[in-house]
Amino acid sequence: MSGPVLYLDGVSVVFDGFRALNNLSLVVDPGELRAVIGPNGAGKTTMMDVITGKTRPTAGVVTFGDHDLTKMDEAAIANLGIGRKFQKPTVFDALTVFENLELALKAPRDPWSCLRWRLAAAARARIGAVLEEIGLSARARELAGVLSHGQRQWLEIGMLLMQDPELLLVDEPVAGMTDQETEQTAALLRRIAGRRSVVVVEHDLEFVRALGEKVTVLHEGTMLSEGSIDAVQNDPRVIEVYLGR
Amino acid sequence: MSEIAAASAPRGIPARLLVRGAILAGIAVLALLPLLNQLPLGSALRVSDFTVSVTGKWICYAVLALAIDLAWGYAGILSLGHGAFFALGGYAMGMHLMRLIGPRGVYGHPVLPDFMVFLGYRELPWYWLGFDHFPYAMLMALLVPGALAFVVGWLSFRSRITGVYFSILTQAMTYALMLAFFRNDMGFGGNNGFTDFKELLGVPLNTQGARAGLFYAALALLAGSLFLCRHVVSTKLGRVLVAVRDAESRVRFLGYSVTSFKLAVFVLSGMMAGLAGALYVPLVGIINPGEFAPGNSIEAVIWVAVGGRGTLVGAVLGAFSVNAVKTWLTSFAPDLWLFVLGGLFVAVTLLLPQGLVGLFRRRAR
Repeated sequence: MSGPVLYLDGVSVVFDGFRALNNLSLVVDPGELRAVIGPNGAGKTTMMDVITGKTRPTAGVVTFGDHDLTKMDEAAIANLGIGRKFQKPTVFDALTVFENLELALKAPRDPWSCLRWRLAAAARARIGAVLEEIGLSARARELAGVLSHGQRQWLEIGMLLMQDPELLLVDEPVAGMTDQETEQTAALLRRIAGRRSVVVVEHDLEFVRALGEKVTVLHEGTMLSEGSIDAVQNDPRVIEVYLGR
Repeated sequence: MSEIAAASAPRGIPARLLVRGAILAGIAVLALLPLLNQLPLGSALRVSDFTVSVTGKWICYAVLALAIDLAWGYAGILSLGHGAFFALGGYAMGMHLMRLIGPRGVYGHPVLPDFMVFLGYRELPWYWLGFDHFPYAMLMALLVPGALAFVVGWLSFRSRITGVYFSILTQAMTYALMLAFFRNDMGFGGNNGFTDFKELLGVPLNTQGARAGLFYAALALLAGSLFLCRHVVSTKLGRVLVAVRDAESRVRFLGYSVTSFKLAVFVLSGMMAGLAGALYVPLVGIINPGEFAPGNSIEAVIWVAVGGRGTLVGAVLGAFSVNAVKTWLTSFAPDLWLFVLGGLFVAVTLLLPQGLVGLFRRRAR
């Protein structure tokens, strides 16, 4: 594919006179891993909501390839190939890791098809590949309920991968993780990027540094700075916003 | 759910095979009862007529319990009105049995059942037509409860009515049906219901042979239902149901239509309960609006809780054991029963959250 995967230009969202997003522009290329940081209320979650169709922009352009996302609903956008991981992981505790991924696999979703569903070799291989990718192969037969917090997050990312999205939106993946888990998550997201684009919203600057990719800083609903983590951290405007005057 | 866990961590004989063996053994023992009933009077091994018909009744209850467990234990749909589906199935069979009485009624009318003659009916109401045919009556025993489950389920699940609100709704459903069936002008015999049946499929009821036949029919229904339910929960459909039970909105977010899954399992469950009711009526010889009483449905839920929710086998075990205690206790202290039932529910909830099946599982470890 040529051109950007995700393209936001001049996007504004106004809630009762409050500008949650103000003339925001963002371009994500195919296979890119992008970190989005910013203080509370900078508009990170609103940006995700606009991309996934949960919130309609008041003004501006949002496209995914050739598709105008501002005219589509959540389900249609999800089916286009945009997967979103919410902050709070929700996996099915009473099912095994393998079964969790199986439910997420692209397949007919009606009760009758599910009753007649047989796991074909190709589907098994696909689940195996994702298990490998999220580092849970050894735990495939265990109940998701016994996983650690970090492993649950990875399983949830795995469930998104099963849906084979072109663009993955990940909201605060390392909140509550141990240092080691945080490192492994950074490695996981780096592995995932390349074949698909990944946008990560995160507070944790150490984690963003570990990702080692381009960073976008949001402030008051608009893009404040963009570049490598070092460049961004040395930007006087960013220092002012983060450390105060 | 734990069955999946047990199946994925095999040690020694797989748990699934053990359960299957226990089921087959249980069915084999039950299948012996009508045979032992044929032994001459005075024989030490002889089983009484009473035992056969009471056990047949419990088998029907066990199918009702299975139906409840499929919806409640796996999909998290707690219906407190499943007795209504059971009673509707029973009424369908009752209508057939009434038509078969023919001119042998007290008033000797060739077509109309006694209560219609008494109430001054001139001809059969349209909804009684066809019930003289056995296959049609059985089809209605399946379709009428299924249709009611579909309508109630569709209206509720579509509006995302869940949990206790749905339970209250189903209580109201069965209560409303009870009031309706109590009315004489409904054409279902009012508060007397139907009784005094003569025969079924050409066999006079109240004979040893008829009792045995009905017993085996009920046993076959139980075995078939258990097989069907175990199959359903072992498929991906079953896993989606468990996922709906534990995190409904997440399932929706994965792209599944939660409404259609809940509806499918609720309709299946209602139809199973209907068939159980249809076999229950010739075994006990009567059906009246009391079967719709909300208390009946709650009692059936308690069987499932006592046996172990979400295990299927537990539902069957619970129906048998609670009813065994009930039959024994009510023979000398009927007033105590409701206290015992309530106490049982509290005790199981506090001490045995996984029911009797949980007790076995703990032993096995």
